[in-house]
Amino acid sequence: MAHLIETRELAKDYVMGGNHLLALNKVSISIDEGEFVAIMGASGSGKSTFMNLLGCLDSPTSGEYMLAGDKVSALSGDALAAIRNKRIGFVFQQFNLLSRTSALDNVELPLLYAGMPVSERKARAMQKLTEVGLGGRTDHHPSQLSGGQQQRVAIARALVNNPSLILADEPTGALDSRTSIEIMVLLQKLNQQGMTIVMVTHERDIAAFATRIITFRDGKAVSDTRNTPNDAQAELAALEPAGT
Amino acid sequence: MNLLATLRVALNALWVNKLRSALTMLGIIIGVAAVITMIAVGTGAQSRVEEQIKSLGSNLMIIIPGSTTASGVRLGAGANQNLTEDDASAIAKEIPEVQVAAPSNRGTGQVIAGNNNWSTQIYGVTPDYFEAREWPLAAGRMFEAPELSGSSKVAIVGQTVARQLFGDMDPTDQTIRIKNVPFVIIGVLDRKGQSMLGQDQDDVVMVPLSTARNRLFGNAQGKLRRIGTIQVKVREGADMSDAEDKIRELLRQRQRTQQGQDDAFTIRNLTEMLQAQETSSRVMTLLLAAVASVSLLVGGIGIMNIMLVSVTERTREIGLRMAVGARSKDILTQFLVEALTLSLIGGFLGIVLGMAGSYGIGEFAGWATRLSPESIVLAVGFSAGIGIFFGFYPAHKASKLLPIQALRYE
Repeated sequence: MAHLIETRELAKDYVMGGNHLLALNKVSISIDEGEFVAIMGASGSGKSTFMNLLGCLDSPTSGEYMLAGDKVSALSGDALAAIRNKRIGFVFQQFNLLSRTSALDNVELPLLYAGMPVSERKARAMQKLTEVGLGGRTDHHPSQLSGGQQQRVAIARALVNNPSLILADEPTGALDSRTSIEIMVLLQKLNQQGMTIVMVTHERDIAAFATRIITFRDGKAVSDTRNTPNDAQAELAALEPAGT
Repeated sequence: MNLLATLRVALNALWVNKLRSALTMLGIIIGVAAVITMIAVGTGAQSRVEEQIKSLGSNLMIIIPGSTTASGVRLGAGANQNLTEDDASAIAKEIPEVQVAAPSNRGTGQVIAGNNNWSTQIYGVTPDYFEAREWPLAAGRMFEAPELSGSSKVAIVGQTVARQLFGDMDPTDQTIRIKNVPFVIIGVLDRKGQSMLGQDQDDVVMVPLSTARNRLFGNAQGKLRRIGTIQVKVREGADMSDAEDKIRELLRQRQRTQQGQDDAFTIRNLTEMLQAQETSSRVMTLLLAAVASVSLLVGGIGIMNIMLVSVTERTREIGLRMAVGARSKDILTQFLVEALTLSLIGGFLGIVLGMAGSYGIGEFAGWATRLSPESIVLAVGFSAGIGIFFGFYPAHKASKLLPIQALRYE
């Protein structure tokens, strides 16, 4: 069976003030359906560049990227937009919710661009918000929600169009440790339901919740190991007395 | 993404920045209102001139006798009554461009009906006069041939005289006394309104030319059938100045004016004067509209400015929208619709304000204003055009952003 993600000698270089900067140096990695991959590395290691290429937000300088067997690296801007819309869900460090827009409208956004009729949009968005535990806060604006709740809205938005892949870029970077674990509980649950997740993080204890850890350094993947994930639910339970 | 959803997104974005949107719209509101009001003022002035032309009668020339010198004292124009009824009929007969040449005499006199009396202008005329002035009857009948030749004591009165003497009563078949001569009113003239100098043109009594000469203004020159003025109506499409030259030539011949000697009469081409005035008021309309358009242009630049600010400010939002699947076309439409919404709502409010403004100017400054539907269509078209024109560049700029750069924008 084909891999969900397969990169062949994927490379990206930037020209910055006359200097060639090799952000990604011929990376070949395959990720299968149902994996929960953590990508680690110091800043400047190329992990974010790799993530942006996986998310079709950027195009590679050379190499190939196949998503579910389709050669994505050869597609045009509009086709990439369709892939981002239908196959990929994004979760960002800064949540990137639309301000002064309700949680429900934020979650609906991908469906809007998918051209779904309004009643179906509302129903789907409502269902996903309930799944992430925010069923009662659909009318709240991001400024009325805590950081953890905002990230849940963002996850609901990533899930709403039933993607085959979730890309999370430092999803816990702006959250305290307790809320971070809560978000990891949610991501682990999604993974157990079969969702493929690729997550960039520089925190070792967050990466420990993944089933596979890839480490980047100087634009190359230097290590790629299987990991027996820590149980986020259990860790949260252990924290419980302190939280109350 | 369908258009309705785009519209909702655009309206929402505008609603979120209420004050900014309102101020941006204000530029368009003022621009559109200014264009509409100025065009209304301009066309108002223009239509006033047109009305004057109509009330005067079109293609009209007036010939008045020249001055005379008696014992070294030069008298004013018209003092020398050297035009005759024969001159009038000669003009009508010999110059093909002339439709009618109507001789008339004018005087003032007290008119009495029952208990009322009124001082008014009395004209001795023939039916040609009414044709030349394009002045129909409102009631009654025209002078008939025997009345014209037989100096009958019949009169046609203007609206003002009718009202002053008879109030709401029907004046036809009533008897009035002009200079103590009893006359029967046979007709009432249609309303003509003010002349270009503000005179009430309806303050008149018309009697047959012969009656005026023989019974009212009778003087020593009566037998020579002298007349005060000749109103000449030139045929539709004929050249006015051509006709004027021919009339001048004919009258000089008839009056045996020597080569090099001045005319003993004056020809006034009133229509041409008015047409010049009309042209100048049309130019004024254009000028006013042009000045007002400048403010519309400034309003449009305001929209462009705000849209550019908005695109920069919302770069991350654009990045996010692209990340969740917006194509560059979707982003382009979103910002275009935003600009278009701003300018169309602004345009609509501008129309309302412009209508109120031109009504206000008409009401309080007393200027004639006329709202033309064309100017409203023009304003709407213009504001939509401005929205698209000035919205396109910022929208295009937004749509060409790369998703990753937009997302990373600080």
